Amino acid sequence: MAKHKTPLLDQLESGPWPSFVSDLKQQAEVRAKNEANIEFQIPVDVVEDLMGVLELSFKHGRTHWKHGGIVGVFGYGGGVIGRYCDQPQEFPGVAHFHTMRVNQPGGKFYTAEYLRQLCDLWDFRGSGITNMHGSTGDIIFLGTTTKQLEEIFYEMTHNLNQDLGGSGSNLRTPSDCIGQARCEFACYDTQALCYGLTQEYQDELHRPAFPYKFKFKFDGCPNCCVASIARADMAFIGTWRDDIRIDQEAVAAYIGGEIAPNGGAHSGRDWGAFDIQSEIIDNCPTDCMWMEGNKLMIDNKECNRCMHCINAMPRALRIGEDTGLSILVGAKAPILDGAQMGSMLVPFVKAEEPYDEIKEVIEAIWDWWMEEGKNRERLGELMKRQGFQALLKATGLDPDPRMVQEPRSNPYIFWNEDEVEGGWERDINEFRKYHQR
Amino acid sequence: MAFVSSGYNPDKPMENRISDIGPRKFDEFYPPVIAKNKGKWLYHEYIQPGVYYHVAESGDKVFTVRVGGARLMSTTHIREICEIAEKHCDGYLRFTTRNNVEFLVDSEDKVKPLVEDLESRKFAGGSFKFPVGGTGAGITNIVHTQGWIHCHTPATDASGPVKATMDVLFDDFKDHRLPAHLRVSLACCLNMCGAVHCSDIAILGYHRKPPLLDHEYLDKMCEIPLAIAACPTAAIKPTKIEIEGKKLNSVAVNESRCMFCGNCYTMCPSMPLADTEGDGIVIMAGGKVSNRISAPKFSKVVVAFLPNEAPRWPQTTATIKNIVEAYAKDAKKYERLGEWAERIGWERFFEKCELEFTHHLIDDFRDPAYFTWRQTTQFKF
Repeated sequence: MAKHKTPLLDQLESGPWPSFVSDLKQQAEVRAKNEANIEFQIPVDVVEDLMGVLELSFKHGRTHWKHGGIVGVFGYGGGVIGRYCDQPQEFPGVAHFHTMRVNQPGGKFYTAEYLRQLCDLWDFRGSGITNMHGSTGDIIFLGTTTKQLEEIFYEMTHNLNQDLGGSGSNLRTPSDCIGQARCEFACYDTQALCYGLTQEYQDELHRPAFPYKFKFKFDGCPNCCVASIARADMAFIGTWRDDIRIDQEAVAAYIGGEIAPNGGAHSGRDWGAFDIQSEIIDNCPTDCMWMEGNKLMIDNKECNRCMHCINAMPRALRIGEDTGLSILVGAKAPILDGAQMGSMLVPFVKAEEPYDEIKEVIEAIWDWWMEEGKNRERLGELMKRQGFQALLKATGLDPDPRMVQEPRSNPYIFWNEDEVEGGWERDINEFRKYHQR
Repeated sequence: MAFVSSGYNPDKPMENRISDIGPRKFDEFYPPVIAKNKGKWLYHEYIQPGVYYHVAESGDKVFTVRVGGARLMSTTHIREICEIAEKHCDGYLRFTTRNNVEFLVDSEDKVKPLVEDLESRKFAGGSFKFPVGGTGAGITNIVHTQGWIHCHTPATDASGPVKATMDVLFDDFKDHRLPAHLRVSLACCLNMCGAVHCSDIAILGYHRKPPLLDHEYLDKMCEIPLAIAACPTAAIKPTKIEIEGKKLNSVAVNESRCMFCGNCYTMCPSMPLADTEGDGIVIMAGGKVSNRISAPKFSKVVVAFLPNEAPRWPQTTATIKNIVEAYAKDAKKYERLGEWAERIGWERFFEKCELEFTHHLIDDFRDPAYFTWRQTTQFKF
């Protein structure tokens, strides 16, 4: 017999898509039966109370979680988010229901053995409810009590060799695409760079010293599967600067219909025979492709590496061999002054350990932002407030037309005095000798 | 429920403390075929929706079976995933950025038993536990935020509308019939911890009533200057309120200037915005993050408000279904939803999707608004 009636939630058990309600119910039952004989460190009926409070929100159309609460583990300023229910009398099991962010492994690869160790810890000291994963990338442990936080952290660091992720005004847990582990498009080792920078900047990740949150995301190519360009203060997006590699035999096989375009991604409909002219050449944003007889030609110097032809003909076309990454900065969601896309700052840099050139850019940006940024001002907002020139000055990078969509359409240039011959110090009396009042 | 110590000593928190060790290293968890062929993959092909393989220079292949699921996941469910991974994949698995689970095997003969096993598993309520799909020119899992299960600022739920929407879009999760892939995302408030602002279709929770003011507690709970500074439209000012003969410091809100962003509530718990009728969903469309063919784009608001209709949000799901069907019918191969809308023109988009165009959809927020008005004689009747 369920502790709380959940008639609204129950309606989400039907339909084909996996039902989180059914999953919560099975978890409540497993805890109640406790066949594994776990000495639960938080209330056994925590999941039932969680369903109860969610049902109440479905009824009211409003959340029943209170605002924040400062809890954490000693010496860290992030990784734990305090959460309290605003109906603790009715739902005591979730009166304290804090979140812990656990830094996920790169590419989100796991072994069953390791996942079970995490489950064992979380069943014992928490609700057993997770997010796999949170939006930023962390493994999210949803719901434990204050007293368990240090215990969980101790077991995690001592037994699982595992640390917490970021929250608050610090470096948020960096995340990456699958990259070279299983993708032919990856132009650099996203997991190596993500891990390298995560380890390098552990202090920034755990101890809030920034004006606001700061996100790194690592995409292996311009397809941007982890959406770095839209949501990372610093997006590291793989690219190349030499020629697309062409296998003309495979091109012929695509034209001959022996290989399905786009890896067979359009198999659900009859789109007709593959037409290289309309599907590839006419879709090229820079018009840099053409056929010469049966050969596909590319004017690589004019290619902007949009990936369309490579995505559509992966067996015929491959990324170049002189690979690296572009760094785009300042992306964020709309709070507050509207959403911002990442802006190109470093068109190309090699991604080779120990990544010194990349770290130089990161640290120059942080120095500037920590000095000039207002409380709760994202990097992109500071860039808008002080201008791209201020970012160039802070990073010491030279201006490049690749940094802009187009040059400015107003002439209101803030000339520096040292850029103008003779400077700004002038003598009005000298001027008046030639110009009467 | 006796307390069991981990070994941590609260009197000496630094004793034996381990910190700043970061995550587990990625290559600890690579399946052997991945470890061996990393950086040497040649190409990939889909066998069916949800099943694809990559071929390496060595000739090795890795077969991946992708399944959808709720990102809100119990340890019971994770243990079942582990059991499947051990049964079929030597104990290896991975998750995708969009909350899918991927099971990897190193030969084709292991694929069919794995797919059959996954598809055979259902929850007691009848839904699939591990539906195979979410690849290619179809609709994959929805990335989303916490909603009413765990967040203090949401204007809608997350897991509920996601389940309702994916039930309606389920056929396209298991198919490759669309002109290109179509990404649906949900953020339960404007904070967008899910960053939905560049999605083909975005479901966004939004408030429509200004904050309530809990004057009696406001000065005790909040730093008033921070609440004032948090307001992007300078609608909040300090004031004094008299309650039972006592003068209290508080704030006043110029309600006509409120844009309902909730940033004040983030700074001050005594200014809640949540409201049964006021809260609901904004539908945005036409965004993308890929640089393929055209540059990344922001999603545009195409429906200003739909009510929160728990538990199944029927107006929201019907609106989304309409947009998907109009796109599927009309767009060219490879064309993303936003590219289609721009090619046919937004006036035609509203017509084809049977959406009403209201004044709410014309941007009036600061300078960028001007650039969205039509400054040409080119339009379609």
